[in-house]
Amino acid sequence: MNPVNYLYLAALLFTIGATGVLIRRNAIVIFMCIELMLNACNLALVAFSRMHGNLDGQIIAFFTMVVAAAEVVVGLAIIVSLFRSRHSASVDDASLMKL
Amino acid sequence: MENLIALLIAAPLLGAAVLLVGGRRLDAVGHWIGTLLAAVSFGIGLVLFADLLGRSADQRTLTQHLFSWIPVAGFQADVTFRLDQLSMTFVLLITGVGSLIHLYSVGYMEHDERRRRFFGYLNLFLAAMLLLVLADNYLLLYFGWEGVGLASYLLIGFWQHKPGAATAAKKAFLVNRVGDMGLAIAIMLMFATFGTFAFGPVFSHAGDTSEGRLTAIALMLLLAACGKSAQVPLQSWLGDAMEGPTPVSALIHAATMVTAGVYLIVRSAAVFNGAPSAQLVVTVVGAVTLLFGAIVGCAKDDIKKALAGSTMSQIGYMVLAAGLGPIGYVFAIMHLVTHGFFKAGLFLGAGSVMHGMNDEVDMRKYGGLRKYMPVTFITFGLGYLAIIGFPGLSGFFSKDKIIEAAFAKGGTEGWILGGAALLGAAITAFYMTRVMLLTFFGEERWRNRPTASPAEPDVEPAAEDRGTRAEPHPHESPRVMTIPMIVLAVGSVLGGAFFSIGDRFLHWLEPVTGHSEGNSPLSALTVTAATMVCLAIGVAIAWAQYGRKPVPVVAPRGSLLTRAARRDLLQDDFNHVVLVRGGEHLTRSLVYLDHTLIDGVVNGTAASVGGLSGRMRRLQNGFARSYAVSMFGGAALLVAATLLMRAV
Amino acid sequence: MTAQLAAYSTSTGEAFQFWVLGTVAVIGALCTVFMRRAVHSALCLAATMIVLAVFYLANGAYFLGVVQIVVYTGAIMMLFLFVVMLVGVTAADSLKETIKGQRWLALLCGLGFGILLFAGIAHASLKDFHGIGRANANGNVEGLASLIFTRYVFAFELTGALLITATVGAMVLTHRQRTERARTQRELSEQRVREGTHVPPLPAPGVYARHNAVDIAGLLPDGTPSELTVSKTLRERGQIRDVSTEALNDLRALEQRAEERLERTEIEPATFKRSEEASK
Repeated sequence: MNPVNYLYLAALLFTIGATGVLIRRNAIVIFMCIELMLNACNLALVAFSRMHGNLDGQIIAFFTMVVAAAEVVVGLAIIVSLFRSRHSASVDDASLMKL
Repeated sequence: MENLIALLIAAPLLGAAVLLVGGRRLDAVGHWIGTLLAAVSFGIGLVLFADLLGRSADQRTLTQHLFSWIPVAGFQADVTFRLDQLSMTFVLLITGVGSLIHLYSVGYMEHDERRRRFFGYLNLFLAAMLLLVLADNYLLLYFGWEGVGLASYLLIGFWQHKPGAATAAKKAFLVNRVGDMGLAIAIMLMFATFGTFAFGPVFSHAGDTSEGRLTAIALMLLLAACGKSAQVPLQSWLGDAMEGPTPVSALIHAATMVTAGVYLIVRSAAVFNGAPSAQLVVTVVGAVTLLFGAIVGCAKDDIKKALAGSTMSQIGYMVLAAGLGPIGYVFAIMHLVTHGFFKAGLFLGAGSVMHGMNDEVDMRKYGGLRKYMPVTFITFGLGYLAIIGFPGLSGFFSKDKIIEAAFAKGGTEGWILGGAALLGAAITAFYMTRVMLLTFFGEERWRNRPTASPAEPDVEPAAEDRGTRAEPHPHESPRVMTIPMIVLAVGSVLGGAFFSIGDRFLHWLEPVTGHSEGNSPLSALTVTAATMVCLAIGVAIAWAQYGRKPVPVVAPRGSLLTRAARRDLLQDDFNHVVLVRGGEHLTRSLVYLDHTLIDGVVNGTAASVGGLSGRMRRLQNGFARSYAVSMFGGAALLVAATLLMRAV
Repeated sequence: MTAQLAAYSTSTGEAFQFWVLGTVAVIGALCTVFMRRAVHSALCLAATMIVLAVFYLANGAYFLGVVQIVVYTGAIMMLFLFVVMLVGVTAADSLKETIKGQRWLALLCGLGFGILLFAGIAHASLKDFHGIGRANANGNVEGLASLIFTRYVFAFELTGALLITATVGAMVLTHRQRTERARTQRELSEQRVREGTHVPPLPAPGVYARHNAVDIAGLLPDGTPSELTVSKTLRERGQIRDVSTEALNDLRALEQRAEERLERTEIEPATFKRSEEASK
């Protein structure tokens, strides 16, 4: 099997995640889809690392994880405060910034 | 001696400044200050004249460099004055006649509250006119030219409370602007051609410049001359300009300012000599104007307007002579000077008559005045004889020379121009005799006239309201007015003979303008005889029409030509139809174009942007997910573009 | 050439593992997107992440594989679950789209993007393929550590700063400043007595014998449910079960079954008519 297949899988997962972000209304699910996209990227990075025979890809994937952790913390905090003020986790409810 | 030149201008300029800035506290003495400074200028002119006479003929050009006006690299304009025989002639005419008219105005404007201001304007005019004739380059001349136009505007509209005067001032100013544009363009062309507009270099380089370029410059100069000298087609302002006080008509619109065009042509002789086709146009303009003015003069009942037509006609003679080239320049100037004398005298006489007749201007309401104002009668009569060219008087010498020169032009042109000039002489004799007869001879039509005069359609409204006044008591004017008239009458009688006998004037002016004898197909004696015949015919017809028969107080309807001439040969109608209507149509279509096309494009752009924004606004629906779709689509496009570029 | 090809391809075992677990991962991802309840989405995502962890291990990223399980699946997903609990476990989203054209646009964009990515990957060519073996010669963790603390040390320090900032930010975002002192139980009861409303404790929720009934409103004497009986949290989440119609529905279902058994047609109008006739 060609390891490039990992890349195809990563692309597929990324696309599914991106589409999910666009389709779902629940902020938590959207956030999960974003995590899915990040994970897909990580898979691609790990596969690159193997193809190139060095560890830089893994390092970057590691950093991605750290950043993702930080993002989750802040993002969930935002969702919690949004839910507190609106009693809803739907992103469509926060559509006041329009004409 | 050169240093005195600036003083010529400085004296009246100082007078204007003092009188206009000084305010009401100078009301009591203002007129004497103005007259004194004009006389001072005349005195300086005489001193300079004496100095010039003391020099040999080729040493008679004095220049005074005052300061550098616009010192730009490649564009040098200096305030430099040039005094040569031509300028000197004008200086003496302007300051001499000017001083006399100042003196006359002291009496004429006695009862005017704004006399001081009037004298200020007169002094301003003198300064501007002197600047015009003394300038050593065309830009400075242009400055004087515009200054003269301004003074003319102020003086025509001096009685600004009269709507007629205000309108006439505006008309004069506007028509003059057309000519001024011609002068401005001529100066620009000169700068483009010669790189300078100083007289010396321009004249010396004119010889080796292409004829087309010279013709363009010459035609623009002619346009300027037409504007200032009231030549066809820019003649329409002069008749209306008679709304101004009579001394103004005498000084500015008869003796001096309107001759500025002739001065310009003669001064630019070098340019015109190199452009024969332009010269031909000049002669045509002159011939047409001399007939035009003469015909208008025949029909006018307003004494000043009749004289204005005469002025136009006489300046037509001068322009005709100037257009003839070296054979005519000297005679143009000579006629200009003699005309300055007798026309100023005639206008002053007319003013004197009006003064005695409660400002009545309609000659049909004069008659038999010779008994009541003898001095005016005699001086006016001498002026009359001079202008019609009665043998021995000044007009005889100068006009005769012009007619001779016209014939000397040679060929068919010579015959046509000479014939026009002869015809003009006959008409001049006719209308001047008419003026004379209507004013000083015949019944006393100003007595016992009906109080309500019937409608006079062709008489100016201003004259109409004057016509309803009480019966006048004609009387001779005060001495302060008659003395200038007498002096001018003496000038009109003796001037021509003084200039012509021994060709004094010719020798005086020849170094500046050059002179050549034409080869006339007719001998001088023949021309003189023909002129005399024409003169006699004109006088005879006038006598037959106005001397033998009683003159109706109300003008008869008259022939078609008479009616047209009363309306200034339809000049205003022509201007109205061609220029005003045309301009209105042009502006209207431009406005339409502006509203539909330009505003349409602008508003259409705005509307389409607005409409597009309205549509685009719907994209701003506030839903984060919609925005995310846009972002995602954009990312997809970017990836596609990247791949495409890689593939290519 | 053959050596390169050999390096290119992997063992048959890994291929088998890839195809099986890859299918699982894709299904998990799809379920994450399409499950109606957030809890289910989270669980599916966790499954996908575990599969990815296995892939990391297969690709020689041992450290990352372990971190993926411990940090992602263990910590982050649990955090998600906490939030889901807060919002309401049972709350199911409607999958009906409310923005016009959003779904089609999203699918179009996703499809186009996926195709482009696949095309890009297919188009890309890697000249020489190295296995991870040489890089992992001294141990994967040691290799990563030497890189992190040498070449990437500044980035690493920066991530520390980022994490601290994120922590503080989360606290700031969720912290609520009390503008007044919280009232004590004593004060609350005193207020109740003073106002004369609800002097005794609030009424209990309705009782429904079959299961936990804390989300069922108690009925007032006239049969209408009283929201006062349900906990405020449930009320705000909209998770009150209304059983006031349930009894009637049950009754109707019973009647229907009975009538079907008696082979009568025109079920509902008949009942209606009959009751009407009876009243007459």
